[in-house]
Amino acid sequence: MSPFLSAVFVIGGAGAACAALLAVAARFLHVFEDPRVEAITNLLPGANCGGCGYAGCADYARAIVEKGAPVNLCRPCAAAALAEIARLMGVEAKPVEKMVAIVRCNGDAVRSRRAALYHGLADCVAADFTGGGGKVCREGCLGYGNCARVCPVGAITFQESLLAVVNPERCIGCGLCVKACPRHLIRLVPAGHEIHLLCSNRERGLVTRKACNVGCIACQKCVKHVNGQGIHMEGHLAVVDYTTPLPESLLEICPQHCFVKRSLLKPAPQPEPTPLS
Amino acid sequence: MKVLRAPFIVRGATHPAYHKEATAGRPIEPLPPPPILQVPMLQHLGAPSKPIVQKGDKVSVGQLIAEAGGPVSACAHSPVSGVVKAITEGISATGRPTPVIEIENDGQNTPANLLQSRPDWTSEQPSTLIGLVAAAGIVGMGGAGFPTHVKINPPPAKKIDTLIINGAECEPYLTADHRLMVEQPQTIWQGIRILRHILRGPRIRVAIEDNKPDAIRALTDAMKEADDEVAIVVLPTAYPMGAEKQLIYSILGREVPSGGLPSDVGALVENVATCAAVFDAVVHGRPLTHRVVTVSGSLVQRPANVLAPIGARFSDLIAFCGGLRATGGKLICGGPMMGVAHVDASTPVGKTVSGILALSRRELAFYETHPCIACGRCVRACPMALLPCTISIAVEAKQFDEAERLHVMDCIECGCCAYVCPAHRPMVQFMRQGKAQIQMVRRLKLQQQTSSPTALKP
Amino acid sequence: MPDVEPQPWILSPSPHIHEGSSVRGLMRDVLIALLPAVLAAALRHGFDAFRLILVCASSCVLAEMAARFLMRRSLAIGDLSALVTGLLLALNLPPLLPSWMAALGSFVAIIIAKQLFGGLGYNIFNPALAGRVFLLISFPVAMTTWALPDAVTTATPLSAWKTAWAAGAPPPAFGETWPLRDLFLGIRNGGLGSLGEISEAAILLGGLYLLARRVIDWEIPLFFIGTVAILSGIFHWIDPTRNLSPLYHLATGGLFLGAFFMATDLVTTPVTRTGQILFALGCGVLTFVIRRFGGYPEGVSFAILIMNGAAPLLDRYTVPRPYGHRRTSKP
Repeated sequence: MSPFLSAVFVIGGAGAACAALLAVAARFLHVFEDPRVEAITNLLPGANCGGCGYAGCADYARAIVEKGAPVNLCRPCAAAALAEIARLMGVEAKPVEKMVAIVRCNGDAVRSRRAALYHGLADCVAADFTGGGGKVCREGCLGYGNCARVCPVGAITFQESLLAVVNPERCIGCGLCVKACPRHLIRLVPAGHEIHLLCSNRERGLVTRKACNVGCIACQKCVKHVNGQGIHMEGHLAVVDYTTPLPESLLEICPQHCFVKRSLLKPAPQPEPTPLS
Repeated sequence: MKVLRAPFIVRGATHPAYHKEATAGRPIEPLPPPPILQVPMLQHLGAPSKPIVQKGDKVSVGQLIAEAGGPVSACAHSPVSGVVKAITEGISATGRPTPVIEIENDGQNTPANLLQSRPDWTSEQPSTLIGLVAAAGIVGMGGAGFPTHVKINPPPAKKIDTLIINGAECEPYLTADHRLMVEQPQTIWQGIRILRHILRGPRIRVAIEDNKPDAIRALTDAMKEADDEVAIVVLPTAYPMGAEKQLIYSILGREVPSGGLPSDVGALVENVATCAAVFDAVVHGRPLTHRVVTVSGSLVQRPANVLAPIGARFSDLIAFCGGLRATGGKLICGGPMMGVAHVDASTPVGKTVSGILALSRRELAFYETHPCIACGRCVRACPMALLPCTISIAVEAKQFDEAERLHVMDCIECGCCAYVCPAHRPMVQFMRQGKAQIQMVRRLKLQQQTSSPTALKP
Repeated sequence: MPDVEPQPWILSPSPHIHEGSSVRGLMRDVLIALLPAVLAAALRHGFDAFRLILVCASSCVLAEMAARFLMRRSLAIGDLSALVTGLLLALNLPPLLPSWMAALGSFVAIIIAKQLFGGLGYNIFNPALAGRVFLLISFPVAMTTWALPDAVTTATPLSAWKTAWAAGAPPPAFGETWPLRDLFLGIRNGGLGSLGEISEAAILLGGLYLLARRVIDWEIPLFFIGTVAILSGIFHWIDPTRNLSPLYHLATGGLFLGAFFMATDLVTTPVTRTGQILFALGCGVLTFVIRRFGGYPEGVSFAILIMNGAAPLLDRYTVPRPYGHRRTSKP
């Protein structure tokens, strides 16, 4: 037998032996896994955002099947997929409204005052405890992009204007940015609403006015305009509670132009045009 | 009374250029009370003080205008007589928002009734004297501002055997404590005696760096009658010798356990200015309404040590020192190593403000940041023997567990690592970020333990 | 204060001052410290020395620029580290090495050993040594052909000793051929080896400058050289005919160059003091073991590279005890 043939036999034999071992192992060491786990994993969006509280989509699928976790924790999940998961599990799925993150601040580098030059880490947490990165408004967006860095789908832009803006078309509503913002500016809101109030400053009007051209000064005109339906005051700040749709006329009512119209279902616009210089 | 050299050598530490010559020889000058003062409610550690005056109230010199806002807090008094103009929002010396009481000075200097005093304090109970200290609103004047009446009243289980008086003043530029020791050694010594009486007779160690020979002489003179349990300890000049933990180690060779207090190792540290304030309060019944502030830096026309009323704005002190040569540098409250950069010169002076520095760009550090080159200089400089480079890389990579394992929580933020870093990394900011994140996670864990685990709330 | 508000203040975290050191400054000091060694090489080999230094320095800088450009990162030429690598590599090459080999070594040093790991600060292995070892393995003959100004020779004291003993006897007239003083100063017959190995005196001068400028700490050179000296001393004491005297171990080969300039490389050594001492001990032991028992007459480069690989591990196991913690706390 030539050395060539013997090599073929040895390698081939070793391969066959290993294949046989693997076959035996697969038979005897088989771990039963509910097929539904794989099915549900495939139905989930696969972004592995962790917004449901589990370590990724596969982990959540296992939790649904094995621990009986609620099926509707996944906010990025499409309605059809959710219905399918509910059918697999034999439960009734409460339909979830699509939620989209929105940054409740509209004070970019032009509209909001910065009193100092900031030299330091380009990180919101770090800037927040270093005098707010020079931003006069103590509750506005710092613009160093901690939210953008955690976003699994790259839906947040921040760089040019030092203001984070969520692209609602890309946003899957996982909520990671909500947790990343040291100033708690980001909120998940139902995607059906079009009128938003982009300010989170709870300080008195006098203080806010000094800091920002588009800050809420607590004049309460908006609350009166809607008769308290859908907007309420929290200290010196008007807050939209997203229970009823708001009229577009609010955009003109607000003297500070805090309200913007932004459809969260359509691809949205990058920073709104500046109403005041 | 003895004079000793510091027996233990602190690890790490740096030797920054001191720049103290500009003000070290200048006597303390009182600042004429400005027309408007803003007394901050947050000028100490703990809860903010609670204002007890209303808009429009008339106040007189030394009148109580805010009471302690909790067990760890301090009260505040008016340094001038006048009318309360408003109770409004301001910025504290640490750069945090705080309520302030704005007083319009009427220039009359109407004195209020003095506080209770005990000129003959030797026969008094310690608890009575602690009450006087609390009523005078005294806080640690070295920088941290821990309320003194809480500090000198440790739980009975913790026996204080050594009272360390901190006159190290290791921060560059600052000479406020130095001048106080030179000009009022007797006041400081009497204050020390009162504190010693309150703490039931521990031994006394007055720590002064060896770059202040005149202060050492003045205090040696003032204390020459004292018994042998009292000593002046001459420290080698290095930064951060005056940090509480390093001071205790260099004098006693004891390490304050991680997360513990100096009283865990039988020590208590008080600043020299605090001692003088204690004397004024106990013997004369004067509340803490003024403090010595060093105004320095190359942007200041005439650097000086100023006795400023609490609530005077930075701009008042700078104007008193001849104003600024130029703008565009940094306005720093405190020393250049640990001080806080401010953006607003109308920030009021608080009880913990030992210096106001206006530094030009040339004196400051502005560099491009490199990646860490792992040179290990920060490791040698760290007085807490941490690994600042490794921690900063962990924080940068958001590996906060790793940072915690490397004891980032023990960092005292002295800035030695950033001072020596050839890559110019903002080390202290990394440390603070790591600490903030870890504290947040700990808080969340605590919350989760108390409430049941729930899914995300929108 | 009405007249002083026009320019905004600067906001930044503490500390607000800096001692003034910089990466560029450190590298500049290393370049200055290498001048005596460069001078010694130039005196000895004239054109060849300049040729190699020029080729290595320029190809290192070019390689760095090219790599940074291709990786779309900021050009980092300004930190001078590529220049230092080039100079160190040149000093690690034999004087007769063809220029194209030197350029190849430079590319390997910068691109493979440095930039592929992420650039200055992220590299695990000393780039100059990686380049040298690459050349040594690829072109063993060219890399071990040594020259005197007037003749080509193939033996250094270390290799002469090794080949002679492989044949079973000590080399004849060893002490007369290579007087210790000549080896140390790098004159006459003693000026052998790579460009940077010629004069130990010149290296020492540069090393002392680095120590005085606090660019390097004393622990690594002392423990590295000390370990080699003590180990070779013990062996020499046991059997003086078979083992070279420790003075020869110090005065020949790349030990000084390695101990002062390569093992003290900031990036590839441990950051803790204990780690640095262990690192230097390891370098010393490995150097001696390779010289005495290994296949190569010289082992400094291999020793340092191997210990470079161990540096992260050393750091992990020599975390100092922080203030206020008990000694029992584990890393």
